[in-house]
Amino acid sequence: MKHSPSLRELLLATVAASSLAAATGAIAQANEQFIPSLVYRSGPYAPNGVPFANGFADYLNLVNERDGGINGVKIVFEECETGYATDRGVECYERLKGKGPTGAAVFNPLSTGITYALTEKTYTDKIPLITMGYGRSESVDGRVFPWNFPLLGTYWTAADIIIQHIGNLNGGLDKLKGKKIALVYHDSPYGKEPIPLLTERARRHGFELLTLPVTHPGVEQKAAWLQIRQNRPDYVLLWGWGVMNSTAIKEAVAVRYPRDHMFGVWWAGAEQDVLPAGSDAKGYNSIALQHSAGQVAVHAEILRNVHGKGKGAGPKEDVGQVLYNRGMVNAMLVVESIRTAQGRFGKKPLTGEQVRWGIENLNLDQGRIKQLGFDGILQPLKVSCDDHEGVRHGRIHQWDGRNWKFVSDWIEGDNSLLRPMVEDAARKYAAEKGVKPTCLKG
Amino acid sequence: MLYREAGQFKTSYAADQAVFPIAQDRLFLAMWLAIGFILVPLISSEYLFRAIFIPFLIMALAALGLNLLVGYCGQLSLGTGGFMAVGAYAAYNLCVRIPDLNPLVAFLIAGGVATLVGIAFGIPSLRLKGYYLAVATLASQFLLDWVFSRVAWLTNNTPSGSITAPPVTLFGLTFDTPVRKYLLCLTVLVLFALVAKNIVRGRIGRAWMATRDMDVAAEIIGIRPMYAKLSAFAVSSFFIGVAGALWGFLHLGSWEPLAFDINRSFSILFMVIIGGLGSILGSLLGAAFITVLPLFLNQMPQWFGIALSTAMISHLEAMIFGALIVFFLIVEPLGLARLWRIAKEKLRLWPFPY
Repeated sequence: MKHSPSLRELLLATVAASSLAAATGAIAQANEQFIPSLVYRSGPYAPNGVPFANGFADYLNLVNERDGGINGVKIVFEECETGYATDRGVECYERLKGKGPTGAAVFNPLSTGITYALTEKTYTDKIPLITMGYGRSESVDGRVFPWNFPLLGTYWTAADIIIQHIGNLNGGLDKLKGKKIALVYHDSPYGKEPIPLLTERARRHGFELLTLPVTHPGVEQKAAWLQIRQNRPDYVLLWGWGVMNSTAIKEAVAVRYPRDHMFGVWWAGAEQDVLPAGSDAKGYNSIALQHSAGQVAVHAEILRNVHGKGKGAGPKEDVGQVLYNRGMVNAMLVVESIRTAQGRFGKKPLTGEQVRWGIENLNLDQGRIKQLGFDGILQPLKVSCDDHEGVRHGRIHQWDGRNWKFVSDWIEGDNSLLRPMVEDAARKYAAEKGVKPTCLKG
Repeated sequence: MLYREAGQFKTSYAADQAVFPIAQDRLFLAMWLAIGFILVPLISSEYLFRAIFIPFLIMALAALGLNLLVGYCGQLSLGTGGFMAVGAYAAYNLCVRIPDLNPLVAFLIAGGVATLVGIAFGIPSLRLKGYYLAVATLASQFLLDWVFSRVAWLTNNTPSGSITAPPVTLFGLTFDTPVRKYLLCLTVLVLFALVAKNIVRGRIGRAWMATRDMDVAAEIIGIRPMYAKLSAFAVSSFFIGVAGALWGFLHLGSWEPLAFDINRSFSILFMVIIGGLGSILGSLLGAAFITVLPLFLNQMPQWFGIALSTAMISHLEAMIFGALIVFFLIVEPLGLARLWRIAKEKLRLWPFPY
């Protein structure tokens, strides 16, 4: 057995090499802003993770290529593969948080489980989290969660908008009395998030809520759909992700449940979710928190400045897909937050703490959105310490077999219902963790 | 020559019964302990602590626990993740419901709870062997998974089912920095390894090994199989339960049942098999192999300046990792610990082998 000494050397080399890498990683070049990107380009959720990551990367490249960075501060970014696993996500966070001259500007965990794990660390590491449309719903309350920013709506907002839309279809929320609404959800913190809101709405309007969990990754959901066949709910809400969504549509066909009575969350409303189900997916609805698919002014810029120079992260044809747009909007919000923070701290690389101020004071009005080329896919948003959501509007879009089409007007999440729930949950968290609710300055 | 024990005379029973009878082994262990307790805290970065050392130490403890059951007593178990979850959730509930409880005591009680659950699920082992037992323990994994995601009381009625561990404060010292967490994990691992080593070379360990090698023969020479098997399940689950509590409190900080799913069970079983069945050192080597190597492979292209896409790196990681597992199992089916044992024998004769 000749390998025995070499194995020990290998182990030692592992330790030595990794500490070396950590050391060299800290040596930084000036005038660069480091933005980490947690992605999943492999594993069961890759079909959805890839376009998101491409949109994110393309927009950052656009800012570098077209504007030479944010006010002259070049963006450097690095991807780290989480595979949607919480422990790998935490490892990625530790790996990337100290990179660049000033450390990571902001993390986009892209998973509710990772968001929960990282929330604890933000208080000491002082790096903000943007959880755009996902994450902890109660983190809207910036007094308890100063470092979390669930921009553009939370799962509670999304569920509320869907229920309001269903109410509109029936001629008013009071008409929901006696109806049955089922929630088919991914059995994880992500899937369970909307339940408190839906329970509250059910109590108010007198509809019956059925909650049907589906285990990760969601290819096996016959049991849930058997219950739907037996109970025949009037509407089915789908809180699925990745392969679970297309499977759900196929199961709906199998139990003859009408697709136009199904409403997915925005993670269940992309091309990747409906295309595998083929023509069966026709009529399926989903909420779009802000944008849907399609191209606007900024896409032309990306195609010219990024893809035109051969620097595109993915295939050209995918530019403008729902999840591509999601990643792109996410990157834009990061960039604009840094720009806002630069307005106060100077045009230089900023720390996570300074970027946090930038997110909390982010204010994009219609004019600015138009200037950025996002006209038509984004509502004006204004973040504040009290409201880390910024904007809580959404629309419902429907798959017509080829494209996503909007079938509703802008609906706003009902803050008179959401706010007390947010404050309740945040207060409970603050008490458990011993956090004193205050607005952070600076 | 390096490992030659010639000239080391044992003059007392105590010396004869020492855990490490050879001076070189004692020296070697002292060196590793010095590295672990002094050198590593001095030179390591936060990343190394949080992403490599702490997970490695906790997984090593879990692998050690499973090794007692699988390697020493020969009872195949696929329920490790579930038993870790029992430890983690028990510690969480104890800390949340009894506010002034010392977390270390909570971890030990959590280990006790895991022991009870382990014994309960070990009862089928009295009738089932081999694959059939593996399937029975697999059922425990799924059942426990289900319990922790369905019974709201266990998660203190958290709406999302994801729970957050309260801070660990011992004797007025809060274990919040990576160095402190690391030292706590290392101390626990060293103490538990010492306990394990002493159990396996004593009466109980011998009863386990006799049961593993041939249960009928063991019964004939007077070993009660029920006692041997259930005690193996009990001790193993205790170790695994404490490891689960540490994993939740010191490594993750906030977790959901998915953190202890079936993949966790498999990866710990692989640690035991690759490290070496029936070897304490093997548990540590196996844990290092399974926790550290994927991260190493994932970052290697970057260190050498090879530009690869993120997806390609993670696919390569999976492929190389899988290939290495197969390679090690072919060249040394008895595990990494066996390689070390062979090295020791070679070193004994070196530089004049015959």
